[in-house]
Amino acid sequence: MAKRSWLWFISALLVLSIVLAGCTGGDDKEEEKPTDDPGDVTTEEPAEETPQVLVFGRGGDSVSLDPSQATDGESFKVTKNVFETLIEFGEQDTELHPGLATEWSNTEDGLQYTLKLREGVTFHDGTPFNAEAVVFNFERWKGGSKEQFYYYNSQFGEVISEVVADDEYTVTFKLTRPLAPFYKNLAMSPFAIASPAAIEQFGDKFNENPVGTGPFVFKEWKRNDRITIEKNPNYWEEGLPKLDTVIFRAIPDNSARVNALATGEVDLIDGVNYSDVPTIEGNSELQMFYRPSMNVAYVGLTNTRGPLQNKLVRQALNYAVDKASIIDAFYAGAAEPAKNPMPPVIAGYNDALEGYEYNPEKAKELLAEAGFEDGFEMELWAMPVARPYMPDGQKVAEALQANFAAVGVNAKITSYEWATYLEKARNGEADSFLLGWTGDNGDADNFLYVLLDQDSIGSNNYAQYQNQAVHDLLVEAQSTPDQAKREELYKQAQELIHEDAPWIPLVHSNPALAGKAGISGFKAHPTGSDVLATVEMK
Amino acid sequence: MFSYTLRRLGMLIPVLLGLTLIVFFMIRAIPGDPAEQILGQAATKEAITELNESLGLDKPWYTQYVYYVGDLLTGDLGESLRTKSAISEEIWPYLAATMELTFCAMFIAIVIGVNAGIISAWFQRSWFDYTAMLLALIGVSMPIFWLGLMEQWIFSIQLDWLPTSGREDVRNPVEAITHLFLIDTAIQGEWAQFQTTIKHLILPSVALATIPMAIIARITRSSMLEVMKSDYIRTAHAKGLRMFFVVYKHSLKNAVIPVLTIIGLQTGLLLGGAILTETIFSWPGIGRYIFEAINFRDYPVIQSGILIVAIIFVTINLIVDLLYAVIDPRIKYR
Repeated sequence: MAKRSWLWFISALLVLSIVLAGCTGGDDKEEEKPTDDPGDVTTEEPAEETPQVLVFGRGGDSVSLDPSQATDGESFKVTKNVFETLIEFGEQDTELHPGLATEWSNTEDGLQYTLKLREGVTFHDGTPFNAEAVVFNFERWKGGSKEQFYYYNSQFGEVISEVVADDEYTVTFKLTRPLAPFYKNLAMSPFAIASPAAIEQFGDKFNENPVGTGPFVFKEWKRNDRITIEKNPNYWEEGLPKLDTVIFRAIPDNSARVNALATGEVDLIDGVNYSDVPTIEGNSELQMFYRPSMNVAYVGLTNTRGPLQNKLVRQALNYAVDKASIIDAFYAGAAEPAKNPMPPVIAGYNDALEGYEYNPEKAKELLAEAGFEDGFEMELWAMPVARPYMPDGQKVAEALQANFAAVGVNAKITSYEWATYLEKARNGEADSFLLGWTGDNGDADNFLYVLLDQDSIGSNNYAQYQNQAVHDLLVEAQSTPDQAKREELYKQAQELIHEDAPWIPLVHSNPALAGKAGISGFKAHPTGSDVLATVEMK
Repeated sequence: MFSYTLRRLGMLIPVLLGLTLIVFFMIRAIPGDPAEQILGQAATKEAITELNESLGLDKPWYTQYVYYVGDLLTGDLGESLRTKSAISEEIWPYLAATMELTFCAMFIAIVIGVNAGIISAWFQRSWFDYTAMLLALIGVSMPIFWLGLMEQWIFSIQLDWLPTSGREDVRNPVEAITHLFLIDTAIQGEWAQFQTTIKHLILPSVALATIPMAIIARITRSSMLEVMKSDYIRTAHAKGLRMFFVVYKHSLKNAVIPVLTIIGLQTGLLLGGAILTETIFSWPGIGRYIFEAINFRDYPVIQSGILIVAIIFVTINLIVDLLYAVIDPRIKYR
């Protein structure tokens, strides 16, 4: 019995191996037909018209499709197309434009903001968009916990006291104190207006069943794999969207994503390695896109640790870094050296300020002055993940290590798994560390206050930088409605920060994207969330 | 055989209990208060206390453990912190994706590995033997991510034969029933999609199969060589039996036990999530599910994911043990 079954097993294996060999062989031949004409597999009609289906390849899946609960960029990439905000950013900048609100005004004291809403807009579930819906959303966020609605609490937390529907299409926000970036905040993805009916219907599961007013309607989410959204036939703006379907695919490996683009499995990808740019440019069927820069990559110098407590040492390290060669080597030139903690596109950028130039001699002098003529040892943490502002943390860290060594500072490169890295750096456990930031709303507050105010120690002020004068300026700027005056305050703050040198600002990069040559109308947005309504396939 | 099977199944109970204990303490050994981790920046003292109470973390460990095992027995694996869904509901598609990939990979590894090992032993010191063993050596030492990217470059970009990534053509997706796409497409009679599914499986399966294939080939060869030296094989030769018959019938049967062990171990390893392969080929499998959970500090998912993978591993080992008994009846009396 045993003998026979064993013989059977062997023969089965052999037969199967022959079948398998036959299978794959046959496949190759049959393959030729469909792949001659990419896209043909799905259209089933002669290639008269290009199917308006866009497959967007990106590095990770969304965390939540409820924008008010999401905090990650991958989530907003999708929700930006399903939901709309009251005020919208410009196509490729953070200027304010009408969105679900057509006009807005505020009282002089900056305590009341009245918005006129767009009429005749409906949510994807058919319910009408009106002032009640806006009030409903804001009350939901206000009533929820801090953990649930992170952005609401950090941007509007105690500031919004009341939201009132004046009539069907007018809504007024009452504030406890003036909030200068109020309109810019309203334009941020987390404050997109969702259908109250759908929120009530789906409850906790709303994050998997998003219903907004945007150009695309949510269809399907296969976690860790793809999200499909479809054209909203009742979209309020005539002629938009142009695409019928958008499929967001998660392809974690950057090189594999470029490969998928080259074979036509995806049409548009973000997170392109700068080292892949020449290959893509050499392929006539592909094109490159660059996102306008609204980010900063920096070396944080934890201001509470060892020699780094000394301002002169921090300044010395700033003089030691050759930013130009880092940009050439790792950013394919698609970045500019940073001198401030925020990029030049942000209003209030201090361009008059002289950055630390590359000057190792000066660095050595400063170190000697600080009493470290023989240098010192420190840890330099390298980011374990690629980010738009930091394509390869390990290699950039190695370049920095060489720069530091040239002035006698011996940096030991360390790395941790990403969540641990952030947690330990947040607690001030790193001597120096690589990190960066992409702006949410194009406001200076979103860089300077969030990253370098003493209130932000324990959250995003990883360098543990503390300066009362800077804090006073930043807080004053937050509640100054006069834009020109605000900008002046931010410029002053940048000067103080420059002098204190809590960081080495490295670069403002232009993140690279790539797509099929036939794509038109795609405009990469500096916030990282792109509206795909005007995209067309040719 | 029946009583042996029962006995082996009975032994599974302490093993599984041990597993739950290990997983339970492993998660608690991760530094930091889970409640603080969960709440993140929004953590206040009251919030932490409240959450600890609602999670039952304020109770002594043995009470927590009893609750945990009790939940497991009712099929409750907890809720993902990230997606807020029941893990027992959301885990299957990932598991199915990994199972499909693993079985294809092991199929390739076994068919090619076993046969290459046999032929190498049969024609020991021939050019085939040397080439096969050299390839096996390369196979064991090749970095998977490099192999995966090379496969994509050759078979997808240069030759345009196979897709680079994913499980299906997203423009024409498969309707998931069991989430094993070969089965789903077959029962729906969608043969075009069945083919597409196979095409998507080939590159990652081959990448995943490389290491087990190489190991299986080497073990099969050495085990066969040993058996072929034994007296009864010499007798078989002397009787004038045909070489093919001697090799495949008489020798292989006795040589197969160590090979089976390796197959079992490797299958278990692959099912545990071939995280690199799943990343390169963006395969939405259990490896990436657990990896993402680690990134997000999604403790319940990490805990349940590891437990399920461990249970599969143990189960496969059980199957291997039972197979031993089928092949060599002496084993069950030991």
